[in-house]
Amino acid sequence: MKRARVVVDGAIHEAVKHGEQLQLPSGRIVATKEVQWLPPVVPGTVFALGLNYADHAKELAFQAPEEPLVFLKGPNTFIGHHGKTVRPDEAEHMHYECELAVIIGKQGKNIPRSKAYEYIAGYTIANDYAIRDYLENYYRPNLRVKSRDTCTPIGPYLVDASDIPDPMNLTLKTTVNGTVTQTGTTKDMVFSVPVLIEYLSSFMTLNKNDIILTGTPEGLAKVYEGDHVITEIEGLGQLHNTIISDHLER
Amino acid sequence: MVNAYGRIQGTAQVQNLWLQSSSYTGIFATTTAPLDCPVEGCVYGTALNYQGELTKLGPKLHEKPYLAPPNAPILYIKPKNTFIAHETPIPFPEDSDYLEVGAALGVVFKEHVTNVSVEEAWDTILGFTIVNDLCIPHDNIHRPAVKYNARDGYCPVGPWIVDRDDAPNPDQVVIRVYVNDELQQTGHTKQLVRNVRQLISDVSAFLSFNPGDVLLVGTPENRPLIQHGDTVSIEIEGIGKLTNTTVSLKEGVR
Repeated sequence: MKRARVVVDGAIHEAVKHGEQLQLPSGRIVATKEVQWLPPVVPGTVFALGLNYADHAKELAFQAPEEPLVFLKGPNTFIGHHGKTVRPDEAEHMHYECELAVIIGKQGKNIPRSKAYEYIAGYTIANDYAIRDYLENYYRPNLRVKSRDTCTPIGPYLVDASDIPDPMNLTLKTTVNGTVTQTGTTKDMVFSVPVLIEYLSSFMTLNKNDIILTGTPEGLAKVYEGDHVITEIEGLGQLHNTIISDHLER
Repeated sequence: MVNAYGRIQGTAQVQNLWLQSSSYTGIFATTTAPLDCPVEGCVYGTALNYQGELTKLGPKLHEKPYLAPPNAPILYIKPKNTFIAHETPIPFPEDSDYLEVGAALGVVFKEHVTNVSVEEAWDTILGFTIVNDLCIPHDNIHRPAVKYNARDGYCPVGPWIVDRDDAPNPDQVVIRVYVNDELQQTGHTKQLVRNVRQLISDVSAFLSFNPGDVLLVGTPENRPLIQHGDTVSIEIEGIGKLTNTTVSLKEGVR
């Protein structure tokens, strides 16, 4: 099942994918172009991984870390499918990052990797934009780079875990204005999804709707005002996003 | 009497409390009912926002791994699993002999805050609370410290939120930390690098706050260390006193 949170006629609905359309809880079928997409769940605590693909770490001139490089993102940063992400005009180095997002389904602590999949509700796509102009070496990557308003599109669907038999073997792809700029496979993660769940839950309690963004593979490219960015993961669909300037907000 | 906001144990909603010295009166409760954690939003911590912390680092700010002094506010998130109430136990870790006490004044927002000026910042504040921003001691703050500062129970908050209009000037308050009733640290918010209004303005330029979110203004240098069994209190003049005791994880806390 593919589940979405959408706004239709002024109300929020928990919809499910129905062919190429969406079905609302009332049974009503709506075309996807009639809806506004929200993040597929209201995010709880959101973890993100730095340098979790060896090729990407190399691209940024880092060795892959020996322990997961985890940071947290605030609720302000998330937007839905077909949303608009604000790019400061002054920025030079704004990059997309296509990432497998793991949505936790129930509370757990000290979860062994062998039982990790029991705690996963499903998967979605995140585009974990970074504005590297603002990198500083304190709690790097700092929140000004990674937790900006509108800079983490997520969706379109929460795809049930049972529909994704092997999340560690999915292809990822990013296109900018129709040109493929990033490809990879979740096989290349340094720390796999079960290892990340074991690691995080070894020192803190995970809760339903907590989300783990598992890092991005090689293939960075700069994005500019007006760019149409599609992040795509096998079996999960395509997450569309458009870059807008911040000049309207000043 | 001072107007404050708190959550009386067993009631879901934050309600008005009227404080009289160390006791309070609520709508539904007598003065003895225990209080739950008064906040539910996102708690953002700020690092290196006391002059003394920067002074202590001195030339290290220019060396590896930092290479340059900080420019923008340095933030981190204390997630929901870390929140605990006044007078509830702090789970003491099994892999460290000490916890570090971060005595923080917390600014609680009453509305959505985006890109506000220094002048506008004051009007976004609901009130002020006390936060014990606990962490396991670690060498540096080059990388995010989730494993050290986001464990269950590492963010005691409370006992309540004092209304902005009944609180002292947040840039002129004394903060005292007591461990087992002995004074271990004294800080003063006049030493902030960015004062409260400036910090709100600078952060809200890139990160919006929601109503109920909390921004910690920082923690003074020379953070006290506590051990298993210690009782720690943070007292902020005009706000109150937040007290918690550490217990072993094996004693069955959460």
